[in-house]
Amino acid sequence: MELTGAEIVVQSLAAEGVEFVFGYPGGSVLHIYDELFKQDKVKHVLVRHEQGAAHAADGYSRASRKVGVCLVTSGPGVTNAVTGIATAYMDSIPMIIITGQVPTHAIGLDAFQEVDTVGITRPCVKHNFLVKDVRDLAVTMKKAFHIATTGRPGPVLVDIPKDVTADRCEFVYPERVEIRTYQPVVRGHSGQIRKALELLLEAKRPMIYTGGGIVLADASNELTRLVHKLGFPCTNTLMGLGGFPGTDPQFVGMLGMHGTYEANMAMQHCDVLLAIGARFDDRVIGDPRDFARFSRRIIHIDVDPSSISKRVRVDVPIVGDVREVLLELTAQLEAHAGAVDKPALDAWWTQINEWRGRDCLRYDRAATIIKPQFVVEKLWEVTGGDAIVTSDVGQHQMWAAQFYKFDKPRRWINSGGLGTMGFGLPSAMGAFMANPEATVACVTGEASIQMCIQELSTCKQYHLPIKIINLNNRYMGMVRQWQEFFHGNRYAESYMDALPDFVRLAEAYGHVGLRIENPSDVEPALREAFARRDQLVFLDFLTDATENVYPMVAGGKGLTDMILAEDL
Amino acid sequence: MQHIISILLENEAGALSRVAGLFSARAYNIESLTVAPTEDPLVSRMTIVTSGSADVIEQITKQLNKLIEVVKVVDLCEAGHLARELMLIKVKATGAARDEMKRMADIFRGRIVDVTDAIYVIELTGDGAKLDAFIEAIDASLILETVRTGVCGIARGERVLRV
Ligand SMILES: Cc1cc2nc3c(=O)[nH]c(=O)nc-3n(C[C@H](O)[C@H](O)[C@H](O)COP(=O)(O)OP(=O)(O)OC[C@H]3O[C@@H](n4cnc5c(N)ncnc54)[C@H](O)[C@@H]3O)c2cc1C
Ligand SMILES: Cc1ncc(C[n+]2csc(CCOP(=O)(O)OP(=O)(O)O)c2C)c(N)n1
Ligand SMILES: [Mg+2]
Repeated sequence: MELTGAEIVVQSLAAEGVEFVFGYPGGSVLHIYDELFKQDKVKHVLVRHEQGAAHAADGYSRASRKVGVCLVTSGPGVTNAVTGIATAYMDSIPMIIITGQVPTHAIGLDAFQEVDTVGITRPCVKHNFLVKDVRDLAVTMKKAFHIATTGRPGPVLVDIPKDVTADRCEFVYPERVEIRTYQPVVRGHSGQIRKALELLLEAKRPMIYTGGGIVLADASNELTRLVHKLGFPCTNTLMGLGGFPGTDPQFVGMLGMHGTYEANMAMQHCDVLLAIGARFDDRVIGDPRDFARFSRRIIHIDVDPSSISKRVRVDVPIVGDVREVLLELTAQLEAHAGAVDKPALDAWWTQINEWRGRDCLRYDRAATIIKPQFVVEKLWEVTGGDAIVTSDVGQHQMWAAQFYKFDKPRRWINSGGLGTMGFGLPSAMGAFMANPEATVACVTGEASIQMCIQELSTCKQYHLPIKIINLNNRYMGMVRQWQEFFHGNRYAESYMDALPDFVRLAEAYGHVGLRIENPSDVEPALREAFARRDQLVFLDFLTDATENVYPMVAGGKGLTDMILAEDL
Repeated sequence: MQHIISILLENEAGALSRVAGLFSARAYNIESLTVAPTEDPLVSRMTIVTSGSADVIEQITKQLNKLIEVVKVVDLCEAGHLARELMLIKVKATGAARDEMKRMADIFRGRIVDVTDAIYVIELTGDGAKLDAFIEAIDASLILETVRTGVCGIARGERVLRV
């Protein structure tokens, strides 16, 4: 049957099983909106800003392991979405972005709302397409989904000129596509896996360091099983939290710039490091030269060869899907005659427990002013540790990561790579739409929340009962902390003056707002908010304005060069 | 160290800008870049001359391989290879300099491909060093214009780069 390009777009989405499209209309996508209007398989969610559309699609994907889809118009629709696309790209999130474009005959003529979408987004997508002929549309949609979801996932953009959405052609949605130049490796090399196992069994001071790859590969069960079998300590990056249970005794906490003392010490002093789906980011290992001063042998499992030996030389590279490789590694371990060096491991744990004894996340529990860490601890208690928690960017993000002990993957949703303020609320919308039974909380700061505050209106329209935990310290706290430590207490432009009354703001959008000023009111307020199952509640906690995130490894410093709370 | 990276890529609109964009975004340097279709019109062959440590070159090849349009990547410098560049150079050729210029072109096995009373255009191929040497060897004040293609390269012997 002959269909229009717009019909083909919608039919392709339906064929891919897409439930929700997060979008915002405009001239170049009107044919597509018209087709969305005529059917009810693919539901459209109207955001209030295209950045919100991209973050919502992203949050939907992170919380559900499905592909997030967003739809925006040409020109400003695209440029507004770019922050969200780049955010997804940096964290390897599978997403499809459909963008309208001016008609083919107008391209290049500075037409109304024309931008070079493919050019602007090229550096922040896994791939992008400009579809100039309606006959290429269906296969391009199929390719886009294929590329976004396989190998190292990422956002893929499909730019469609308006005339292509009106043109007609025969529609057949391909069952599969072959792209001869794109064949991601899935199975790891058995010989390399054997070498890795030998190294692990020889280790005296082993360490397992895992990241977002575990979550993306849905391999947390496989990881947990292997870590338990080996009895080794395990740390997660910010992106990997929940990949290994946060309450497990073998978990030594997050590592890196704001990682725990024990995780960073163990990372630095181990003799064999098993890195899985983690990319040795600069916020994770500190100064790479300092890191390299300590000799350790490194095994690195990653689906993307370019993540391996990028910042740190690796001894045993294993390219493959984390889940596949972990299954084979565990099978080889079970079949192996040897065992881990138990006495050495016991001594290593004694050392680690001594480091743990520093209690590096300690804070003043007797304070009469609300400590942000306390709010997150209570949030964890009140939600039974089982909420989906999204966050914005800043100190509150770090406290959420440190104090909410995520036991399951896809419960912690944050922008790690790009560090995008404004991510928290729209990503919470997507996370809720993916899991309407779940409890969804957004931990934010008074600065970040204002970057996508307009989405409170979307939450009203679609009845999204998110709980917003605003750790309101009246500062861009993370900026203020750096200024305190590294810029002689000169707080240039980091004080948030003229803040809105968040309670009344929430009410203006039709939600419930609560202000909490005393530590003793924290838990009751949280309980009250979470009891309101059907309402969005904006909890504005007035927290200690001068609290800092500890431990901290200053930029460019060695990983164990930590500033601890007790030093000050 | 200098490296010559040979790339086969799908001959699609935008493929070139993806490669060029990768180099600028990741701050890899490009000394020269040439590209043209191969005997298979669907595939182009690109040669990039770049420099960097072994680690950087490893990243460059890995990052290139990630680009969807890229079919194959090799670093020609890993084994024996030939590298050639074409130069057209327009020089003043009057009086005594006219004969001298002809002699230099002969020595460098160049060909004079365009002639007027006052001007020669000389065509010269060779590796970059040879072309540089020619420019050094002639009187700089006689050079009116030069254009060079940048290096294209191929492996020696049995090694073949194809789809
Ligand atoms: C204010 C702030 C502070 C921060 N502080 C810290 C900190 O203290 N500690 C910290 O850890 N981070 C911190 N970050 C985050 C940091 O910037 C990086 O985003 C993060 O460390 C990267 O995590 P990752 O290494 O797990 O990689 P990710 O970005 O999650 O990458 C995943 C890796 O897994 C691979 N992969 C994906 N899918 C698969 C698969 N199926 N199979 C195999 N491999 C796969 C990918 O190729 C990639 O290499 C901070 C960020 C901000 C904004
Ligand atoms: C879009 C964007 N602009 C600027 C920054 C730099 N930045 C990082 S944290 C931060 C302050 C965040 O303040 P707030 O949301 O109040 O969180 P707090 O640190 O106080 O918890 C800023 C400005 C950023 N990450 N993102
Ligand atoms: Mg703040």
